[in-house]
Formats: sequence, C-alpha cells, structure tokens
Amino acid sequence: MENNFITVKNLTKSYGYIRALRGIDLSLAPGDFLTIFGPNGAGKSTLVKILSTLVKPSSGQVEIDGYDLTEDTQELRRLIGVISHATFLYGNLTALENIKLYGRLYNVTNLENRTDEVIEQLGLAERKHHLVRTFSRGMQQRLTIARALIHNPRIIFLDEPYTGLDQHAAHLLSALLTQLNNKERTIVLISHNLSRGLGLASRIAILVEGRIIYHQYRKDIKDADFEQLYFKYVDKEIRVN
Amino acid sequence: MLFVKQVSSIVIKDILAELRTKEIISSMLIFCLLVIVIFNIAFEPGSEYIKEVVPGILWVAFTFAGTLGLNRSMMAEQENSCMQGLLLAPLDHSSIYMGKLLGNIIFMLLVEAIILPLMAILYNVSFFAVFGKMLVIIILATIGFSAVGTLLAAMAVSTKTREVLLPILLFPIMVPVMIAAVKSTAGALRGESWAEIGLWIKLLSSFDVIFLVVCFLTFEYVVGE
Repeated sequence: MENNFITVKNLTKSYGYIRALRGIDLSLAPGDFLTIFGPNGAGKSTLVKILSTLVKPSSGQVEIDGYDLTEDTQELRRLIGVISHATFLYGNLTALENIKLYGRLYNVTNLENRTDEVIEQLGLAERKHHLVRTFSRGMQQRLTIARALIHNPRIIFLDEPYTGLDQHAAHLLSALLTQLNNKERTIVLISHNLSRGLGLASRIAILVEGRIIYHQYRKDIKDADFEQLYFKYVDKEIRVN
Repeated sequence: MLFVKQVSSIVIKDILAELRTKEIISSMLIFCLLVIVIFNIAFEPGSEYIKEVVPGILWVAFTFAGTLGLNRSMMAEQENSCMQGLLLAPLDHSSIYMGKLLGNIIFMLLVEAIILPLMAILYNVSFFAVFGKMLVIIILATIGFSAVGTLLAAMAVSTKTREVLLPILLFPIMVPVMIAAVKSTAGALRGESWAEIGLWIKLLSSFDVIFLVVCFLTFEYVVGE
C-alpha cells in the first residue's frame, strides 16, 4: 500500500452559492511532485489555500503527515512552505531582515546560520543587505523561495510561481524546483504553463470547475499528446456543466 | 516566550520599515500640525476661549492623525500579500494583532510627544505643570484608540474604500474614549485633582481592558477568509 503523506477526502468549498471545490480526493506520498493544471476559476488556488491552512474547507477531510487540517493547524504550518506569485516580502526591509523575520516567526533554531544558508543557496548573498523593493521580479521570486525554505518544510505549495517571470528567471526557478524535489519533500505546483508543469512533475492532475477530472502518473503521459488531452478534458467538462 | 518573540518580531519589523520610510509618522505629524495651526489662526492670541478648546483640538488632531497611521500601518501588510505570509506562519494570530497594536501605539505616542510641546507653545498652555496626569490620559486613550483601530483597520484594509470606512467604523466606538480623553484633559488643565478626573481615568482604563480582550480574541476571525 502507498505511504500516503497527504490525504484529501471528499473536500468541498463553497463561497455563498459558488461551489469552488466539489469533492476533491487526493493522495500524495513523500517525494511526490504533483502539478495541477486547470483553466481560470477551476478552484486550483482555493485548493492550495485550503491545503496550506489559509482557508477552511466547507466539508471533507484533509490529513497531512497524520495531522488533521482543521484540528492541528499550528503543527501543519511548520511542515508547509508556500510560494505564490505574491512574494509575502516587505519591500522596505532588506532581504536578510525579511528572511530573519520569517525565521523568527517559524521559531527556526540556529537562525543566523540557516538564514545565511538559504540566502547562499538562492544566490542572493551579495544583495542580502539591499532593500527588497530594489530587487527585480526574478530576484524577489528567489527570495520568496528562500523565505518559504527557511524552516525546511516537508511540503511546498507553489501557486502560479512563474507569473511575471522572464524566460531566464523562469528557467532558474524550474532548476531550483528540481533541486528541491527529493524523497522527503512533497511538492504541489499549480500552473497554467503546460510544458513547465509537465517537465517537473511526477504526477499530473487536471482540475476543472472544482473537480479533479484527470489524475495520472507522469511516466504514463506522453509529452506530445498532453496538450491535446488537456484541451479535450477541459472542453468536455466545461460543455457538460 | 514564543508569543513574546513573535510579537516582538512584528513590532521590530514595523519600526525598521518606518525608520526607513517615515511614512506613518510623517503623515500623522503633518496632519496634527495642520490641525493645531489652523485652529490657532482661528482664535485670537491670548483669548479666554483657547484654554477651553485646547483639549478638543488636541484630541481631534490625535484621533484623525491616528486614523491615518492605522490605515498606513495595515496597508503595509497588504502589499505583496504580506498578511498572508504572516497567517501562514505557525503562530497564534493574536500575536499578529499584538505586534501591530504595539507598533501603532509606539508611532502614535511618538507623534503625541512631538505635538504636545508645539501645542503648549502655540496655545500658551502649560502641559508640563500637569505632566503626570497628561501622561496617564494620553497613554490610556492611545491604547484604547489603537486597540480598536488596529482591529478595524485590519477589517477595512482589504476594501477599496478603506480611508472612508475606517473612520466610519472606528469613531462611533471611540466616543467613550474621546469624551473621557477630552474631559480629563480639560480637568487636568484646570488643575483638578486625580480624584476629580478619576471617573474619566476609570472609564479610559475600563475601555482599554474590555476592548483589548475583545479585539485580541476576535482578530483571528477578522483576518481569516
């Protein structure tokens, strides 16, 4: 039996009359890299917000490493790092001050060393005393990754991290994500970009109108066929609803 | 201890950012200066009425300037969705409230410390003769104002009409604080004893305790979804 690290059962979320998620079932093992594709308004960001404890589900059950999402929120937050198109960084603080702030909030031990380590890892050592508002979008995104890694999370959620990045910065981000993907760490990426999302993933899901309508291991998917397959599934689901 | 560490991290972050930009303090100071200068022009120098209206002018300046400060302080958390970053951290959300509250209190007290001597010069009023009483009144009123203001600013900041919405939400709740602050300041300036202004001090203290607890407990629901 698969060693489930993240288990989602019949997860729903409604905002008033709008049903953002309609019964999501998902199981991920340590080391999995799941990419979720889907059109705008499919519920991808809502799913990540729920899994990262920012939003409470309407119903259903989520268990991560044995912790219940609604009961053990604080413990879960220690396991999770979130990277999105919003950086969560303070423009009027330096790179170092931002990382240290989050390190203190996550109660990271040996913070000085850990801060230097992640800043070095992300290639920002020379700019660590510069204000974040003077950084390019690509550098800000690298610092965002440093922020998300400061507490060495076992799960990383990425919500459209490529937004606003130029080709070079996007390439660097992909390389970093490849580095971060190991047997201990589970990564969930939300992306519109089919080729980038496919390149990194070990599992692929397509989410349309709050439902996962396709879920497959990456090794079972042919790159050349995926775009057609994606549009076929999305078109069909949208027509049905 | 962890709570204190998290709260102090947020306060230090706000102070560091403010030291660089001076956005909050400068906007509050300029507003306060405008208010006290304009009122000063309106009254004849040495007029009998000045001493009667000084407490009102003082607290009009502080509260309106305070509203500007509260808005700016919370807007910093909106940029780059920083509030989401804080909410994702494994901390009690009330520590975010305490951190923001302490920052707001520090900024307001700093502005008040600058404005008070200017007010004394412009209006020929000696606050220093009643320094102890003024200190207590200002600290208590600032805590009450910031306690409610920080919570409501967090609520209003995600709306498009935050500049208008915050005073609309805040001022009706602040009526007891405003009355108590103005009355006790007037009493202090008239040379009344602690016992005579005691009622207003008690009102300010009670307001602070009640609203600190209420706001501390409800902040989580305000910043959630």
